Amino acid sequence: MSTFLGMPAGRVPGPAADTAVGQLTGNRSFPAAARDALGDTRLRRNLAHATATIRAKRASVVGEVPDWEALRDAGSAIKADTMARLPELLEELERNVTARGGTVHWARDAAEANGIVLDLVRATGADEVVKVKSMATQEIGLNEALEEAGITAHETDLAELIVQLGHDKPSHILVPAIHRGRAEIREIFAREMPDVDLATLTDEPSVLAAAARTHLRELFLRARVAVSGANFGIAETGTLTVVESEGNGRMCLTLPETLITVMGIEKVVPAWRDLEVFLQLLPRSSTGERMNPYTSMWTGVTPGDGPQDFHLVLLDNGRTRALADDLGRTALHCIRCSACLNVCPVYERTGGHAYGSVYPGPIGAVLTPFLTGVTGGHDPNDSLPYASSLCGACYDVCPVKINIPDLLVQLRAEHTEAHAAAHRLPSAEAAAMAAAAWVMSDPARFARAGRAAGTARHGIRRGRPLLPLPPPLNGWTASRDAPSPPAETFRDWWARTRGGRS
Amino acid sequence: MSARDEVLARIRGALGDNPADAPPVVRAYREAGEHPPGSAAVVDQLVERLEDYRATVVRTRGADESVGIAIAAALDAVGATSSIAAPGVPDGWTSATPVCIRDVGTITPRELDRVDAVVTGSVVAISETGTIALDGSPRCGRRMITLVPDVHLCVVSVADVVQSVPEGLARLDPTAPLTFVSGPSATSDIELSRVEGVHGPRHLVVVIAG
Amino acid sequence: MRIALFVTCLGDVLFPEVGKATVAVLERLGHEVVFPQSQTCCGQMHTNTGYQHDAVGLVRHHVDVFERAIAAGCEAVVAPSGSCVGSVRHQHAALARREGDEALALRADAVAGRTFELSELLVDVLGVTDVGAAYPHRVTYHPTCHSLRLLGVGERPLQLLRAVRGIDLVELPAADTCCGFGGTFSVKNADTSTAMLADKMSSVLATRAEVVTAGDASCLMHIGGGLSRLRTGVRPVHLAEILASTS
Ligand code: SF4
Repeated sequence: MSTFLGMPAGRVPGPAADTAVGQLTGNRSFPAAARDALGDTRLRRNLAHATATIRAKRASVVGEVPDWEALRDAGSAIKADTMARLPELLEELERNVTARGGTVHWARDAAEANGIVLDLVRATGADEVVKVKSMATQEIGLNEALEEAGITAHETDLAELIVQLGHDKPSHILVPAIHRGRAEIREIFAREMPDVDLATLTDEPSVLAAAARTHLRELFLRARVAVSGANFGIAETGTLTVVESEGNGRMCLTLPETLITVMGIEKVVPAWRDLEVFLQLLPRSSTGERMNPYTSMWTGVTPGDGPQDFHLVLLDNGRTRALADDLGRTALHCIRCSACLNVCPVYERTGGHAYGSVYPGPIGAVLTPFLTGVTGGHDPNDSLPYASSLCGACYDVCPVKINIPDLLVQLRAEHTEAHAAAHRLPSAEAAAMAAAAWVMSDPARFARAGRAAGTARHGIRRGRPLLPLPPPLNGWTASRDAPSPPAETFRDWWARTRGGRS
Repeated sequence: MSARDEVLARIRGALGDNPADAPPVVRAYREAGEHPPGSAAVVDQLVERLEDYRATVVRTRGADESVGIAIAAALDAVGATSSIAAPGVPDGWTSATPVCIRDVGTITPRELDRVDAVVTGSVVAISETGTIALDGSPRCGRRMITLVPDVHLCVVSVADVVQSVPEGLARLDPTAPLTFVSGPSATSDIELSRVEGVHGPRHLVVVIAG
Repeated sequence: MRIALFVTCLGDVLFPEVGKATVAVLERLGHEVVFPQSQTCCGQMHTNTGYQHDAVGLVRHHVDVFERAIAAGCEAVVAPSGSCVGSVRHQHAALARREGDEALALRADAVAGRTFELSELLVDVLGVTDVGAAYPHRVTYHPTCHSLRLLGVGERPLQLLRAVRGIDLVELPAADTCCGFGGTFSVKNADTSTAMLADKMSSVLATRAEVVTAGDASCLMHIGGGLSRLRTGVRPVHLAEILASTS
């Protein structure tokens, strides 16, 4: 991979995540996938409804916290401090987990993490696991890896269950089935749940939730192995935290004999005290609640209470690549609240599948390419940094103040630079940009060009060019009239009316 | 090189020889609420927030007998006919409840699934967020018993109610198995509207004592 | 006060009326406007499209030009564009630093410190909200993303509009949602951009306004281009033009 201009000397980025394993890349560019999504009426309606609901809820519970900005500042500072001390903190976490009876494993990439989990499950003799919703295990494609080895992974979070039963892909980091409406969910349940009572199954959310309860209860009672992610891992104490709503997390973290937690290395936080910040920021930003219904915290193994065999798998998978870059490092601050998705005007219209990666929306558009790298070619992830109008709504809501618009702009530069390095001839766009910069760096050239633009108005009739424009400019005139350049530029008007005054 | 050493080496490489020291963390947020623990204001706020999350709240005097009467009435009101109590709850809490066994650490999840309700105490409650913390101590019980039965009856003592999250966390031992409960089990997974009642207890009854 | 006008490349070549209106408003208020004729572009399009190296040359040129204007007695630089001021204020120094040019970064910061978007200049620097304008039309205001979030101009444009005589100012529903322009986003992701534009146009049409206004010619070009294609009859008019109007 190329080292990009933003990287201070002396830093060596880790390897990029392998896009062939797990789910960090799609098979089409964002604009192509978005085009289909935009035409899906039901998807558009579901997303518009769900994101509007959550935006209003978030705004109201954030509005009642008088020190919200101070909490955001502290959250951002804690994360920056964490990244700067990451090796020490991870070693401290490992020491404390081990001291309390847990086992810590390290995984360089997705394949290695899957292998570790698979071996651990095999060692128990179980042929199924229950799972708590986790982005890290989605990212590495753990379910597929287990499935291939004959081990069934049961997703237990309601939205994940809807996705799994619907043979679908997640489209949101918090509510993976956000693209489904209640009627579709009822159809999926009616089709896929063997014991469901069709006569009483309506599309009321409470009825659907009750159906999920009945469907999964037996599974929870018999499960011997659970796999989870973690929202936070506290170095100082070795404590892991899972934040959830339904109680499926508690079931998985409490009832089985063996618990395997897969956690990205960036999820460590220095001290117990730091949770006082994140437990205020996260629930209000994600589900718009003052506090989520359940938060579980455990430290190693507690005799007589909960799983007696605990394993923590610490995952790199491209994170050390992002870490080497000042801005990429801030993408690792993300606490996966999904607020940026919910306010994003692009996400709201295209949904999450268009991004290809398990991390969609604004944070996905930066995190994914930071993890996998941009090639400068036609990799679908190369299109992600452009999937934003840079409106800044994401930065406004982010509880840890990740400046996503700045990261997008930086990745665009990284992309054009990677393209230039990989190709002998500049792209048409690069050539046009260089030409424009050449014109604009000189006032005389710029003035001439402005005058020439004025004559171009003869080429436009009622907002449409007389000759078809080449791509991508025809994208503009397909739905918008082009402005007609004036007969006289401002500078010529000034020179004519004010003479030489400047 | 082991995966451990390699990942740590990668991190050190990514940070560079001179990892830029992050500026010190400034904590300008409120470290405590404006009302003292146990004050009428925080208790009222706790009640309001719990009810907002559709928990049932009962208030009673602090004596064990009063709590016991309130518990028996509340269990009756939700139609619970069998119950289990955490090992360390005072006898007076369960003496008015006819069928209430004590957890001695042997009951299996499957047996627990046939019990209607669970009675426990709590260590601290946070009024701003409507949160009750359980720490696995004898009064709070093992995590399993507060999870499988459909009714969780939890006693909160007025002295344990604080206003803010920082005050609440400061009272806890992080290495204990902790569960924070804010209302009954719920989900927002269908169209992002909150509905109560999924896998955890569908009824949360809070008896505020004192 | 002597004020340097940064008319912006788009304002110079495509929307000269916006620059003329800015001059008219400031002169009516008794200020002297100068137009440094060697100015070109802030480089935002290059920066945001991924051509930061090309942009730095433009930043250097911009800083040279307006540093000279400030040295020649201009106390402020004004641009009738939230996004160009956003670029000057939030991108110029960072771009210079990325190229390792700390001296340029410091100079860029100095120029940025004197650079204001029109409503900021009027309300904060010059302390006026009533600029003596009259505009007897039904108008709705779109707070463009960069004015709203990057600069935080807040209520300032609305304060100015409310003081305009004869204006029938109507609130735009979902005003703070992006119109979908985003510079080259509108061509690279033309479909998504159009979907966003369609919703913005519905909001504008729901107000039954004759005129949609904003502090950015670029976003207005986008919204106006859509409204014109659909022959809605709603006109895009820059904030400066309304403030310059006296009839
Ligand atoms: S980037 Fe910020 S807003 Fe988006 S999910 Fe992460 S923490 Fe939340």
